[in-house]
Amino acid sequence: MALADAGAPAPPPGLEGPDPGRWRRRLTTAAFLAPAIVLLTVWIVYPTIRTIIRSLFGRDGSEWVGLGNYETLFTTDTLVTAIRNNAIWVAVVPALVAAIGMVFAVLTERISWKVAFRTAVFMPMAISMFAAGVIWHIMDEKDPERGAVNAAIGAIKDVFGSSGVLSRGQPSSDALTGSVRDGFVLRATVRPGDGALLGLTAIPPAEVPADAEQAVAPEPAAGEIVGVVWRDFRPGGGEPGVVEPGELGIPGATVELRDAAGEVVATTRTGADGGFAFADVADGGYRVAIGSKTFAAPFEGISWLGPDLITPSVMIAYIWVWAGFAMVVIAAGLSAIPRDVLEAARTDGATEWQVFRRVTVPLLAPVLSVVFVTMIINVLKVFDIVLSVAPGSSQDDANVIALAMWRTSFSGVNDFGLGSAIAVLLFVLVIPALALNIRRFKREES
Amino acid sequence: MATVSADAPAASPAPRARTETRAAWLVRQFARLPLQLLMIVVALLWLVPTFGLLLTSLMPSDRISEMGWWKLFAEPSMATLENYRAMFDDSDLVDALLTTAIIAVGNTALLVLVASLAGYAFAWLSFPGRDALFVVVIGLLVVPLQIALIPIFSLYNSTGLFDTELGLILFHVAFGLPFGIFLLRNFFAGIPKDILESARIDGASEARIFFRLILPLGLPAIASLAIFQFLWTWNDLLVALTFGRDVQPLTVAIFSQLRQFGSNIELIAPASFLSLAVPLAVFLAFQRYFVQGLLAGSVK
Repeated sequence: MALADAGAPAPPPGLEGPDPGRWRRRLTTAAFLAPAIVLLTVWIVYPTIRTIIRSLFGRDGSEWVGLGNYETLFTTDTLVTAIRNNAIWVAVVPALVAAIGMVFAVLTERISWKVAFRTAVFMPMAISMFAAGVIWHIMDEKDPERGAVNAAIGAIKDVFGSSGVLSRGQPSSDALTGSVRDGFVLRATVRPGDGALLGLTAIPPAEVPADAEQAVAPEPAAGEIVGVVWRDFRPGGGEPGVVEPGELGIPGATVELRDAAGEVVATTRTGADGGFAFADVADGGYRVAIGSKTFAAPFEGISWLGPDLITPSVMIAYIWVWAGFAMVVIAAGLSAIPRDVLEAARTDGATEWQVFRRVTVPLLAPVLSVVFVTMIINVLKVFDIVLSVAPGSSQDDANVIALAMWRTSFSGVNDFGLGSAIAVLLFVLVIPALALNIRRFKREES
Repeated sequence: MATVSADAPAASPAPRARTETRAAWLVRQFARLPLQLLMIVVALLWLVPTFGLLLTSLMPSDRISEMGWWKLFAEPSMATLENYRAMFDDSDLVDALLTTAIIAVGNTALLVLVASLAGYAFAWLSFPGRDALFVVVIGLLVVPLQIALIPIFSLYNSTGLFDTELGLILFHVAFGLPFGIFLLRNFFAGIPKDILESARIDGASEARIFFRLILPLGLPAIASLAIFQFLWTWNDLLVALTFGRDVQPLTVAIFSQLRQFGSNIELIAPASFLSLAVPLAVFLAFQRYFVQGLLAGSVK
């Protein structure tokens, strides 16, 4: 505030004399510029120089270490991870954002509700990176009961029925052999007209499906192989290998019919009483097995926020935010392409794809490069969203340069020497963009 | 879907009458169906996460940690404003909201003033070194603010600006200036020269020209800048986290909740939604200026 006050009243009233001299014009100019120059100098230019110098000194600033901090920067594990992650960010994210923005910009031209669509996609631009991170942190929870992403994946998996009814179990007698991983096979060969008893034990009571009914011993019929999968256990024990009152069938178990060579020729699922039947079986000897699918683990959720996937997860959140930016800028570029150029290409017999590839994209090149450069700068500075998507336990794996700079300097470590070196690295990395901006400006002005 | 069907007839009657039969029109619409569906799915994909946060904030606090927000659809009667009430009872968060507003409004006003003054000087006053100085401003556009954090931290500690709203405001203004000056200078330069010349011939002072002519004529660009700066500061985490301790805007308050063990989602969700509702409202109300500023800043 103080600085603005120094500037605002300073323009001379200009009412005193008819001759605004050279000296006075200079003073006016200075008054207009002073507040901005003071702010830029004190808050940006001076600190930049200070930081560069500071990066050559040690932790508390008293000891000259030369390039020692830079050596530490490139040899400390978490910092190398940060640099490597940022390199991945630069390689992946700007291209994806530009591609998605391009696709959206082109496709929205073909729908009648394009304003609504663009508003929806652009909307995340308005909210903070930090809040966007909180949103995706909630979306990415591992437990499918709480995390929407995993809930959606789980729902899709359930449609294809890939989770089994049991997690474990053992043969109740040595009539069966095998394991949970390979399934349990009945040792005896069965033929059409035979019955198969597939008894399991060691099933936790809580895992017995709620709709299970009293198991019923199979009644063989000609041309069919019938059988039952049941929990061969009842309070007090019971006799292994025999279906007894009080023993429940296992509904939903996968049963495989294998031929002499061990190939699966048919599969079916058991009913509420554990019964199953293969009808119209050709004559011959078969093996019956409880398929390993019966024991397929239910979907427990992908660990999006765990150390392995955290960087892709943060990137998805980031792309969700920035796709709208690319879309809007590219759409503006598209609308500036003269319609008759496109029409001419179409009249000449070019397909839509050729028009897009050979006419639209080249004409859009300047706009695309703007999107790219902007995104590279943004991606180099990525910070808040990493902090809010990644839980504390995965932050070392999600580390990026800006986050490393802050953590090294302020979050308890307080190594201003190393922190300055990281800041200088970040500064050096944006210098190409800085030069590009200046060149573009000079070209436009001349 | 409603939008699609509502809009299609309006767009088509004329061409249909002239060049195609009703059947051909139906076929054409049908052929577009996959595209329409795809775009609806994409739009939902972009809306669902934010909507999910809103629903999470409406979950009862005792069930929020055991089930996802979509369970509200199965049991809408669960929805409650209890979390919001609890949040507004928490004086820290109310303070944070107030701090956020002070910083965002104060720094936007200051930035608009300083940037317009400088933008006018670069556009319409001639002085030695003008172009070179402007090139420096353009160079500063991309300087990452991390480069200033440590020296300013020391400076603030020795001048008493640490942990004050003013300290945060000045930092934001400084780093908003390069873009502000750039945007306004380019816009002001487009104001017709005759208007300024005739005002000068009439003897108007530069200050008078600035306040009476430039500011009103430059309003669209100033609005863009103001909206940008408001959103940028309202949404800031890094600067406030570094230069504040007791002076906490919403983002920092939420962040410190997030860092606690077993993060309390029943507080984080409503606070996050509140913190994004304001910029979202500003964006929806002034979308046009926002997009203009974006295009001026990037395409130009």
